[in-house]
Amino acid sequence: MKRTSFRSIAAPAIATIAVFSLAACGGGNDSNTDLEGDAGDTSVYEGLSGTLAGGGASSQGSAQDAWIAGFSTVASGVTVTYDPQGSGAGRENFISGGYKFAGTDAYLSDEEGELTEATKTCGTAPIQIPNYVSPIAVIFNVDGVENLNLAPDVLADIFAGKIKKWNDPRIVADNKDEKLPNADIRPVHRSDESGTTENFTDYLDAVAKKNWTAGVVETWPKQFGGEGAKGTDGVVKSVTDGEKNAIGYADASKAGDLGVAKIKVGDAFVEPSADAAAKILEVSPEAEGAGDTAMIYDLDHTTTEDGVYPIVLTSYLLACQKYDDEATAKQVKGYLTYILSDQGQTIGSEEAGSAPLSDDLRTRAQEIVAKIGS
Amino acid sequence: MSTMVDPGPEAPEAPPVEAKPPTRLGDLLFSKVSLVSGLIVILFLAGVGTFLLIQGLPALDASGEATYGEPDIWKFVGMLLYGTIYASLIAIVIVTPLAVGLALVISHYAPKALAKPVGYLVDLLAAVPSVVFGLWGLEVLAPKLLPAYKWLNEHFSWIPLFDGSVNSRSLLTASIVLALMALPIVTALLREIFAQTPRAHEEAALALGATRWEMIRLAVFPYARSGMVAAILLGLGRALGETMAVAMVLSATGTGYLTLSIISAENPNTIAAFIANNYANASGDKINTMIFAGLALFLLTFVVNFAGRWIATRGQNKG
Repeated sequence: MKRTSFRSIAAPAIATIAVFSLAACGGGNDSNTDLEGDAGDTSVYEGLSGTLAGGGASSQGSAQDAWIAGFSTVASGVTVTYDPQGSGAGRENFISGGYKFAGTDAYLSDEEGELTEATKTCGTAPIQIPNYVSPIAVIFNVDGVENLNLAPDVLADIFAGKIKKWNDPRIVADNKDEKLPNADIRPVHRSDESGTTENFTDYLDAVAKKNWTAGVVETWPKQFGGEGAKGTDGVVKSVTDGEKNAIGYADASKAGDLGVAKIKVGDAFVEPSADAAAKILEVSPEAEGAGDTAMIYDLDHTTTEDGVYPIVLTSYLLACQKYDDEATAKQVKGYLTYILSDQGQTIGSEEAGSAPLSDDLRTRAQEIVAKIGS
Repeated sequence: MSTMVDPGPEAPEAPPVEAKPPTRLGDLLFSKVSLVSGLIVILFLAGVGTFLLIQGLPALDASGEATYGEPDIWKFVGMLLYGTIYASLIAIVIVTPLAVGLALVISHYAPKALAKPVGYLVDLLAAVPSVVFGLWGLEVLAPKLLPAYKWLNEHFSWIPLFDGSVNSRSLLTASIVLALMALPIVTALLREIFAQTPRAHEEAALALGATRWEMIRLAVFPYARSGMVAAILLGLGRALGETMAVAMVLSATGTGYLTLSIISAENPNTIAAFIANNYANASGDKINTMIFAGLALFLLTFVVNFAGRWIATRGQNKG
């Protein structure tokens, strides 16, 4: 009897916390009255009203919160919601029509028939825009070590559990100035299925296939062991507060005061930054299925191009070109226009560490969005 | 709470029946409302069962990515069932002595003035949301346990339980949190059961010169035995299905490891925590797999709870 009451208490409690934290976010942004940057062609915001429901990838959750808060200053009549349920849920709800727009870390493909279904829902090919590009930082917490340079194969072997000590000669080789302790490395990974893990292993798989034999995975491969923690926050927390000598991977905007490793690209070691991460889209080829409305990329992790940070998470916005309902079409158009505006991009990078899109890509995306109609 | 074990001997005897029509509007209404509520519960349960079956059965021939790297669905569910049962059993081993002691204090040892508030406090523990237990386990408990784990690993690593790379967010930490979450229900049940011991039995034992502890051993425990088993099984049912706290605390990887170690970073994973960790990002076949795991958990908790209640009622009829 009592058993049910535990859960009925827990669910509202989570909901309450969620509402409060959202409110807190919104509040923080509202006080920021001087939003930087131009919100773009303001005519698309005029006369908008109603509610617009979207959701999906949790990676772009904090960016969406910031955009929603910013959007409310230019189009106060519309209430936009973004439920950061996860990419899979985002795609499913977009296909079923529950979400009018969605965020997803993986672009739509026909591996599981999702692209066909989404096309059916929209009537025409769905819009896919890379709206959130964020570097994934390799974070570490080792006493007395401030800078850490890692070559791809060394990084792969550390996370595969093959390099076990911090003073392993292969780590020392790239870090001659640092005093690396004779201590066990404690690699921390995500215990939940996540786009961060997928992008991180995508990188390892591309640059160090010999060392990283598990392929591209969303759930951490068991054979490599290590410590699991739930969510980006869980990983950061475990690396920060747990025992020392830990290394993990997390969205760079969440790295806080932790040490951030520089990754070897070509002959140089590159630190994660928004600019360095955004550059990867410019050097990457378009993915199969890219088209007029689908700006999708297969990231070129093996690039040796100067100043590119290769471990990034890209998240896409999904929307339809046409909506049955004119009001919805206007809402989506308005919101997407805002995200792509100077102001939207600035807010995204300031509040959530998202890398602003390059001008070329942004212009293309804006052209796609401008055609949304009913 | 008490209703399920309390046969209600103090319930007032019905007054002598008067020659009135047996039902009035109120009676009718009440009986109908009760009937409907009862039926709704059964309907819900059947609905949940059907949903799990329909959505879960397509997973029977899932493999590869859909079973998270396991060769087939049975291995997948098997790994998770192992973790679920293992974690819950450890929790029960921890909670049993604690709950028996606590319940005895409340029912027999403490003076009335103290027993009541202590009882309330334990019940209040049940009102703490599991996220809070999770946060507490993660932030407070885990770091405090680490030195103990290190010591265990250093001196007793030859016991498989304490082998492996020590980690504060191990299976034992998760099980301790689970134990605390199961404590209120087990204690509350035990308290009621102990309190039902016939006063005459107790007084007889005391009159024969038994100390209080001997009296409890001779009079209370034999009388309460089946009830104790039932209480512990119901506590186990609670621990089996717990989600949030385990997901937050446990250092888990995929379907977990088939290991006995309870203090390492590489732990078995539980069904509920696995679903919580992976559902949000899942699509397609993976959802079926997860619902299948949910079905397994549903059946497991059902069996455990059923066993608990069966033992409880059997004991009652005899007692």
